[in-house]
Amino acid sequence: MMLSVRDLSVVFTDWGKEKPFTAVDRFCLDMDRGEVVGIVGESGSGKSMTAHALMGLIRRAQVTVSGSAVFEGTDLLSLSREEMRQYQGRDLSIIFQEPMTSLNPTMRIGKQVEESLRIHEKLPKEERRVRALDAMALAGLPDPESLYTQYPHQLSGGMRQRVMIASALVLRPRLLIADEPTTALDVTIQAQILETLKDINRREGTAILFISHDLGVVKALCSRVVVMKTGKIVESGPVDEVFYHPQEEYTKLLISSRPARKKLRGGGANG
Amino acid sequence: MGKALLKRAGLLAGTLLLVSVLAFTAFSVIPGDPTASVLGMEATQEEVAAFRAEHGLDLPVWQRYWSWLTAFVTGDFGRSFKFDMPVAELVVTRAKVTLVMAAISFVLIVVISLPLGLIAARYRRGVVDRIVTVLTQVTMSVPNFIMGIGLMFLFALVLKWFRPEYVPLEDGLGAHLRFMVFPALAVALPKSAMTVKLLRGSILGEMGQDYIRTAYSKGNSQGSALRRHVLRNAMIPVVTFLAMAIGDIMAGSIVVEQVFGVPGLGRMLITSIGNRDYPVVQAIVVMLAAVVVGCNFLADLLYRVMDPRIDGR
Amino acid sequence: MGTHRNWYLTIGMTLTALMLIYMVVGFFWTPYVPSAISAADRGAKPSIKHLFGCDSMGRDIFSRTLEGAGTTLTIALAVLAVGAVCGLVIGALCGYYGGPVDALVMRLCDAVAAFPSVLLALVVLAVTGPGKYNVIGALGVLFIPSFARLVRGEFLKYRDRDFVQSARLMGVSDLRVIFVHILPNTWPVLLSGLAIGFNNAVLAEASMSYLGIGVNPTEPSLGYMLKDAQGVFFTLPWCTIFPAAVVILLILGVGLVGEGVRERMGVAS
Repeated sequence: MMLSVRDLSVVFTDWGKEKPFTAVDRFCLDMDRGEVVGIVGESGSGKSMTAHALMGLIRRAQVTVSGSAVFEGTDLLSLSREEMRQYQGRDLSIIFQEPMTSLNPTMRIGKQVEESLRIHEKLPKEERRVRALDAMALAGLPDPESLYTQYPHQLSGGMRQRVMIASALVLRPRLLIADEPTTALDVTIQAQILETLKDINRREGTAILFISHDLGVVKALCSRVVVMKTGKIVESGPVDEVFYHPQEEYTKLLISSRPARKKLRGGGANG
Repeated sequence: MGKALLKRAGLLAGTLLLVSVLAFTAFSVIPGDPTASVLGMEATQEEVAAFRAEHGLDLPVWQRYWSWLTAFVTGDFGRSFKFDMPVAELVVTRAKVTLVMAAISFVLIVVISLPLGLIAARYRRGVVDRIVTVLTQVTMSVPNFIMGIGLMFLFALVLKWFRPEYVPLEDGLGAHLRFMVFPALAVALPKSAMTVKLLRGSILGEMGQDYIRTAYSKGNSQGSALRRHVLRNAMIPVVTFLAMAIGDIMAGSIVVEQVFGVPGLGRMLITSIGNRDYPVVQAIVVMLAAVVVGCNFLADLLYRVMDPRIDGR
Repeated sequence: MGTHRNWYLTIGMTLTALMLIYMVVGFFWTPYVPSAISAADRGAKPSIKHLFGCDSMGRDIFSRTLEGAGTTLTIALAVLAVGAVCGLVIGALCGYYGGPVDALVMRLCDAVAAFPSVLLALVVLAVTGPGKYNVIGALGVLFIPSFARLVRGEFLKYRDRDFVQSARLMGVSDLRVIFVHILPNTWPVLLSGLAIGFNNAVLAEASMSYLGIGVNPTEPSLGYMLKDAQGVFFTLPWCTIFPAAVVILLILGVGLVGEGVRERMGVAS
């Protein structure tokens, strides 16, 4: 087992005046190496909060994270901030929902892609560049050489999301958390990005924890799925089973509320 | 980028020209003859006529403007009515004094406000932040000439760190600067308060951006996220503000010079207004306008250099 | 966050209210005649008899600050009235109609607004000569561009909104759309703009009077009092301290109100 999460809870103590608010309630999950697992739920179901907690990105004093998340033998949740930094970007990476704002507007693409390398490994400049270009190609970016010196505002949303993927993959982490990576994108580009993620999983063996509100997208990518509602897991299992034989009303609702559409297959990477 | 800048430069040159026209015509069409205040009431008809001829006051306004402008760009600022010597000579020594003061002010603003803004933002809602916030709000409310009077009271009267008497450069650079720090500080403090506020707000605004979350997810510590990502973006509005502030510093100097008895451009301007010595007033106004316009251009340039997004628009 | 008290507004309102009372009182009552010279009280220290002491001519500082503050208030409000009303009309028309006239007017405004207002006012007063009404005229005109720009920005934001479009479709006249439908929405921004403008007016008037080219020496003014007091600063410090304190507290109070309004409306400063 690569990742084993037990009773992960995220509690906001400063929500309103008296009552603490439980955003994630006793979340459990097991993931094998190279596995692609999905978390689905509506907005506010705690799925993004779960991802951020696993990445060690919840750092406010007023928010308590409890439980355990054993990754390759180490409980990530028990690590200090400084210790957790050694994992961030190297063993675990994350890509976010908003490709338009998740990149630094005044930093060149190349610098942003190779930043994890800079932080975690001491490499000569030229080698960093080679590895950044390699990651950009892996993320399906055309002409990485010229993109390297460009700024985010010169790129489209789909391209920016690929830059995010490249910078997350530059150190070949074992687990990639994708927090609604395609929600903000057009349907066509969404399909292309999903293909790229699939491809990366196949070629590099990167495990992916894919978070979405769209059960259909999860079905196209993942082998297993966890359904969340108001912070709690309501259902989990192999993706086909959950999709075709949902046990819970909530899951049925999620499936039926999806507009029917043809499955899209994308070609090149001109997002 | 080149084209936009060229357009901007043209616009600023136009502004400057407009200022010069206004400055010139304003003083030429007002009622009240400068001859009366310069030569005195008892001047004879002949004396007045000679004065008017000497300074070309008999020619039409546009003709006078044109000869003034063509002379001005070659560095000939005309002759002072009052002191009967070239304006350039009168003004240059004063301009140096004011420039020194403005330069010290600018350095002080940077040295005071950048660390304070950073610390306040870094330890937000901490004790230091609260003290800085209150101090900036109060300091911003003190007009710089009152600040000057206050500094005079504290440092000259109570602490006796300096004598409230102007020390010219001829008495030694060190002594000159030691005196000039105090008027410069009077100009700098209110402006520093604004800069601290702006910088703190800018840093906090950037720290809440999504790309900072990305930075943390790559393993950046708080310090390196601040250094590598926040600062560059947070400094963009601050640098623009500082470049534009140079104009305000010059304007502030005019008033503060009066408090500390510094013989700079400001005092010259006030005296010349009192004397109706218009060639001097015109020269100073156009010079100050040039500084302001130049600084606006610089601010625009820096903005373009620092923010790559401007290019694409 | 969000639930904590808006201290800026609370303190600012209190301070502003106190200063306004101070100024309004000065219109109707002063303990002594502000310009009355009393040889016996020359340089008197602050006491029960003379709350803020007396200047070198024996004039009561408290009475003079009361009256001077009134002058400052009158000038600041008049400047604001001229600048804000003209700026409002120009900004509203430019923002609402747009076009080449708008572009030209805004260029002009940019040029004027780029200069420090004290410097410009100084030049204007050099031409017109000192005096209360000249100060009001000069500063008022110079304040138009900044208001015009502010109002124009707001009108640009609202002119294509649905409620404006539907009002227009229903045949509401342009003037009515401008003043009845759009204008009320711009209040929060206008209000903080007014606070900043008020402070700039107080600051400019005090600075110019201090330089001796603001109001006439016969008109009481805080700036002029500070100029008078400069010569005796080391011997009679109260002549400086009290007028200075009045200016600072006034600017601080109004500044805090502006800050509080911005915070409440969530407008970035």
